[in-house]
Amino acid sequence: MVLFLGFQKSKNLLLPATLLVLVLTLIANFANWNDAPSLYFKGMLFENKLTMAFSGIVLLSALLIAALTRGFIDDESAQPAEYYAIMLFSLVGAIMMIGYENLLMLFVGVEILSVSMYVLTGSDKRNLRSNEAALKYLLMGSFATGIMLFGMALLYGATGSFNLTALKAYVLTNPSPSPMLYVGLLMLLIGMLFKVSAAPFHFWTPDVYDGAPTVFTAFMSTIVKTAGFAALYRLLSGSFSGAYTFWWSTLAGITVLTLLAGNITAVYQNSFKRMMAYSSISHAGYLLLSLTAMSAQSQDAIVFYSLAYSLATISAFGVLMIVGKETGVRSHEVKENFNVFNGLGKKNPLLAFVLTVSMLSLAGIPLTAGFWGKFFVFSSVVERGITWILVVAVLMSAVGIYYYFKAVIAAYMREGEAGSIKVPQFYRLVLIITTIITLFFGLLPDLLKGLV
Amino acid sequence: MLTLSLILIPLIAGVITLITKNNSAKQLALIGAAIELVLAVVIYAQFQPTADQQFGFSYPWIQSAGISFAGGIDGISILLVMLTAFLTPLIILSTFRQPYKNASTFYALILFMQAALMGVFTATDAFLFYLFFEAALIPVYFLAAVWGGEDRIKVTFKFFVYTIFGSLFMLVALVYLYYQTTSAQGHTSEISAFYKLALDAQKQGWIFWAFFIAFAIKMPVFPFHTWQPDTYTESPTPATMLLAGIMLKMGVYGVIRFVLPIVPLGLQTWGTTAIVLSVIGIVYGSIIAIQQRDMKRLIAYSSFAHVGLMSAGVFSQTLSGVQGALIQMLAHGINVVGLFFIIEIIFSRTKTRNIEQLGGITQRTPHLTVYFMILMLGSVALPLTNGFVGEFLLLRGVYESNIWLGAIAGTTIILGAVYMLRLFQKSMFGAKSTFTEHFADLSFSERAVLVPLVIMVFWMGLYPNSFLKLTEPAVSNLLQMIHY
Repeated sequence: MVLFLGFQKSKNLLLPATLLVLVLTLIANFANWNDAPSLYFKGMLFENKLTMAFSGIVLLSALLIAALTRGFIDDESAQPAEYYAIMLFSLVGAIMMIGYENLLMLFVGVEILSVSMYVLTGSDKRNLRSNEAALKYLLMGSFATGIMLFGMALLYGATGSFNLTALKAYVLTNPSPSPMLYVGLLMLLIGMLFKVSAAPFHFWTPDVYDGAPTVFTAFMSTIVKTAGFAALYRLLSGSFSGAYTFWWSTLAGITVLTLLAGNITAVYQNSFKRMMAYSSISHAGYLLLSLTAMSAQSQDAIVFYSLAYSLATISAFGVLMIVGKETGVRSHEVKENFNVFNGLGKKNPLLAFVLTVSMLSLAGIPLTAGFWGKFFVFSSVVERGITWILVVAVLMSAVGIYYYFKAVIAAYMREGEAGSIKVPQFYRLVLIITTIITLFFGLLPDLLKGLV
Repeated sequence: MLTLSLILIPLIAGVITLITKNNSAKQLALIGAAIELVLAVVIYAQFQPTADQQFGFSYPWIQSAGISFAGGIDGISILLVMLTAFLTPLIILSTFRQPYKNASTFYALILFMQAALMGVFTATDAFLFYLFFEAALIPVYFLAAVWGGEDRIKVTFKFFVYTIFGSLFMLVALVYLYYQTTSAQGHTSEISAFYKLALDAQKQGWIFWAFFIAFAIKMPVFPFHTWQPDTYTESPTPATMLLAGIMLKMGVYGVIRFVLPIVPLGLQTWGTTAIVLSVIGIVYGSIIAIQQRDMKRLIAYSSFAHVGLMSAGVFSQTLSGVQGALIQMLAHGINVVGLFFIIEIIFSRTKTRNIEQLGGITQRTPHLTVYFMILMLGSVALPLTNGFVGEFLLLRGVYESNIWLGAIAGTTIILGAVYMLRLFQKSMFGAKSTFTEHFADLSFSERAVLVPLVIMVFWMGLYPNSFLKLTEPAVSNLLQMIHY
């Protein structure tokens, strides 16, 4: 496992260096794929195929997003170098969250990631909404972290250890543990659920996603979410698998709430970006569904879903960035509405196609990666046998199709202004890559599934 | 291999059409569809009328989930495969006089649609069936939503969300059934493995409803039909033909393939409810059809009424009901495509579809009149035409299951005659209107579409056994599974 600490001095290196670093890290991450699971840094970090897979998704997302930043970060801020550095720094946090073996490591990872995100959200300094979003995120985020830390403290009080393996042993050997354990677990869960924007802890999400520059919205909605779910999965499947009967009902309630809140509110959005914010809440719901089920299928389902979701989200935001910029209107209301896509099918067929594939994937239509993501999630739930929750999820996926297709309809069926949109070569390459991977895993999901 | 080619040929032809120039797209598409038809005729000639699966293929696909890319043709799918292969070239040919913008995309989507439909009718793996079932929706959605009429966006969107919503329930049912199967390598999603499951009555009831909602929306059965008339009216005619001629058969086919053999106990409890809904659809659709002025809408409602009868026949679980549904699917596909084409011919010359504004067309158009009349009588189910065989068997099936429902369903023949004859009379006879003053008779390409359809109307009407004998062994075998 490569840690990023060595790269903090890269402040003067710009995009190419960032990309190079990310590619190298990605290679290094998978280089020891076949190694046995092992511990690093005096047992603080853990590495096996699962954590490598999650780190891979995070790094790939970061690589693609960093590649998309060209021409956007330098527009919206004066010091692009700092933002690259912060992005890389935040990845350290994400990877610590994925690979933690000790709850303290989880806490430090969450903090690193969150603090970076607070800064990036506010990076559009001249924009009031960006500043407001950053402040809101900071205030609510710190509160959530506080609760989380308190939860960890209680867990320590109950078990005498921060170590995941020790926690697991404690849960398994004590059939009736002290209430402190449960309270601690709940508080820890609340903190984490806040980070992945599950309802009812989701109220920050739309404002923050909407206010942040689109590049960082993409960053937040993919990397933070993937890392958050990796952390939750490792916590619940490992240490607290013994307490399933305790936490599953809580999580089931939150899942249903998240699915309902995310999907139903998304229907009423006029801004594409806000819709994506609510859609990210709803996807958190599907991932939570798999966590709630916690069956043999869950691990594959979560890995696959995170990848499919991240790729589709990056494409969608990528198209939004370029179309919003080319449409040329600087005010936010026009720039990020659904109608920026009007007539896109004529203006630039490639962008329209990329947008369509990403929307189909997010909606879970067959032959895209998103369908198999949903399929595996649903399978994991059926395997556990909690059917009633599945009915909610199915109804909500139908609702999802409704709002994702608003973008597709705008692109192909509504008339827009004449003219064409030029896409830089490099940018086009990134979008083509994400689309091809999405379709590829839509046809052959088996290549990824079962690998971990 | 032959079956796999049925799926691949239109797919490849579609890709080739997509990347060619707009002005040669329709010829290329027609060639692709013609090759497909030749292949289907070869399959028809080689098909043995037994209950077995023939021309099968199977490739491992998603092994970790036990899903394979497997297909084959049996007595239940053969007629639908033939129908799809027969109608698609005619649908493409029917567009030759009508220029469509972005022609290469337009024809490519028709071919993709054909590939997906072939996949639906030949898949022997449940998840593969589901994939094609959904995949068929995407091309036709774009056909309707991009090339359709004024109100197309709203209408087709409703159609799309509605049908996907239904099929999601089917997906859940399939995943559930998948986890109930056991085989040497864990679970399997072969449809034949689902047949061996004997679940308890309560579970079967749930699965029945999951399937029923999916297929009832597709067909559509009352009260899930609200998407249908608007979508048929607003879509461009080729898309309407695909929808009414072939796609609604996916629903009936799904019921025969999944509901009858997998959930017999669920059917025991809920079958009558399903028949009642279907019969309501027959009467309701027919009565509304009588009120319509727009010809396309009228045929849309008549199609709703006809499919209600098919569904009632299938849910009756009798040999004549299921056989009737299979033959009627073929007949209805042929008639409805012919009728929609004639409406398109009239519309392209008069710019109106309102029957009040038409009239007096017969005077100058002997050809059109004859073809229109034959197709209309086929749709009314006059003896010696194709519609008669199907409706007769279907009504007998419903009658065997419940006399009263059979009697009510029988009104379809009377009501059908009322609205079809009214359509024919108002548009063709009477005084000429300003719209129909200069009405030219059929051109060569138009006749090239209608002649094969009319030949089929008579072939099926005079000698239905050449089709019924293909399906009978498979249907009896299927029904034996139900009455264990």
